[in-house]
Amino acid sequence: MVLRPDFALISRWIPQGARVLDLGCGDGELLSYLLTERNVSGYGLDIDEPHITACIRRGVNVIESDINEGLRDFADQSFDVVIMSHALQALTRPDEAVADMLRVGRQAIVTFPNFGHWRVRSAMFAGRMPLTPTLPDRWFDTPNIHLCTVSDFEVLCRERGWGIRDRHLLDRRHRQGRSIRLAPNLFAEIALYLLEADGKRRAP
Amino acid sequence: MGVVTPEKLAFETPLALESGKTLPRFDLMVETYGALNADASNAVLICHALSGDHHAAGVSSADDRKPGWWDSAIGPGKPIDTDHFFVVCLNNLGGCRGSTGPNTPNPETGELYGPDFPLLTVSDWVRSQALLADRLGIRAWAAVVGGSLGGMQVTQWTVDFPHRIRHAVIIASAPRLSAQNIAFNEIARQAILTDPEFHGGRFYAHNTIPSNGLKLARMLGHITYLSDEAMRAKFGHELKAPKPGFNFDVEFEVESYLRYQGQRFVERFDANTYLLMTKALDYFDPARDYGGSLTRAFQQVQARCLVIAFTSDWRFAPERSKEIVRALLDARKDVSYALIDSSLGHDDFLMPLPHYHDVLRGFMMRARP
Repeated sequence: MVLRPDFALISRWIPQGARVLDLGCGDGELLSYLLTERNVSGYGLDIDEPHITACIRRGVNVIESDINEGLRDFADQSFDVVIMSHALQALTRPDEAVADMLRVGRQAIVTFPNFGHWRVRSAMFAGRMPLTPTLPDRWFDTPNIHLCTVSDFEVLCRERGWGIRDRHLLDRRHRQGRSIRLAPNLFAEIALYLLEADGKRRAP
Repeated sequence: MGVVTPEKLAFETPLALESGKTLPRFDLMVETYGALNADASNAVLICHALSGDHHAAGVSSADDRKPGWWDSAIGPGKPIDTDHFFVVCLNNLGGCRGSTGPNTPNPETGELYGPDFPLLTVSDWVRSQALLADRLGIRAWAAVVGGSLGGMQVTQWTVDFPHRIRHAVIIASAPRLSAQNIAFNEIARQAILTDPEFHGGRFYAHNTIPSNGLKLARMLGHITYLSDEAMRAKFGHELKAPKPGFNFDVEFEVESYLRYQGQRFVERFDANTYLLMTKALDYFDPARDYGGSLTRAFQQVQARCLVIAFTSDWRFAPERSKEIVRALLDARKDVSYALIDSSLGHDDFLMPLPHYHDVLRGFMMRARP
């Protein structure tokens, strides 16, 4: 089995033996990989019934719950890393979710599709909502209700005092080409961030 | 599953109980399904709920039309797959279906125990089940599985014998009873205790049974096992006759149903056992020996745990299962939690709901040796 490239990058940020919480863990692919490769312990959270069954079949601990309702079941600083992969933009309050991740975990890993990509911009320039390979759903039938650009996200981090420890900005094949290095917010399709809560809060 | 025959196993050593009393000897009525493997690593214990017994799966005879109480989940190719597991189910001590209980002879007097049968706790049951495991040559269960009061026995197993249980499945259960749960139990008990035919629990000697009290207790219990939605769908506000009769006869469908359920229960269940079972429920509190902290109680847990709750269950609501999950999370134990969309109520734990059985099957596949 070939691991999704973004999962391979995420796993490099996870220390050996870490306690990990994976929000919106899907079928448990990432956690299952981390269990074998990084010897982590931890849990996935998901709300989709087939995902719950898939995790249990894999031997991945999974808690059926709605991450929109927060992480009330988890104590402060009870995890080394809290991961949320491609779910941020589907939450009712993404900002509160990240704050809660950094309450429960020492570090947070957040990934999302970049709404600043040129394909999105050109669609909007033409007066239409974007339909792109990373955002394939039409506007009336999409789970993505809070899309943001790489710049938007970094402004939020600055305002809330979340320190950016590392980031990967990639195209949809998870490569980091020269164009992305030159103009990340224009050419990155997928953004991966490693956050900590120790930054200083700044006025918006 | 086919025809199964129970077996009565005799234990001739005294069993010290949590109450301080001792049972000099006891019998356990047991059914088993499937075959124990060479290293006895594929054994699964099924714990029954308040009114259950050892007959969990299969039929008692070729012309028996009603299979065991959890036949939907136990059998070849079913979630608890008897092609892979050796499944053990017993009638708990204090029961009335063949194991030593109030309706069996007290060796000291030769009379039936009746009210002299000591009250038991979930811990006592678990200890007797451990002795049963010893007898069957099972050092550790691959899994212990139970719903409702059965789930409480599973929880107690993880705490009392952490090294003898590898997987725990706790279904539609609670870490302890709420005041409301105890209140329902108390009304059920009062119905039995105040029945003139109860005779202080010695009704056997009077050749009678407190049928009115036991019937009322069951009718009340039955209401708590069903959701409002399920009762509405099943009975609505239907009158049996075209017009109201302005009397206290059975007029509504739901009344007829409850009386029927109550009557059937009286024919198969013992009033003293009912009292004992409700007290065991009330006393259940695995955190009691750990300063009231469930998290501390779970410190020693070794089993991988699966907790399952049902959305329409108000007797042991999902929030109660979440208390168990939260304590296991705080204790940093392996736990999964599935919330099953359901409509029937507490009784849904006996139904073959697809998501429920998928989850159970998936977890049990991981429990195979």
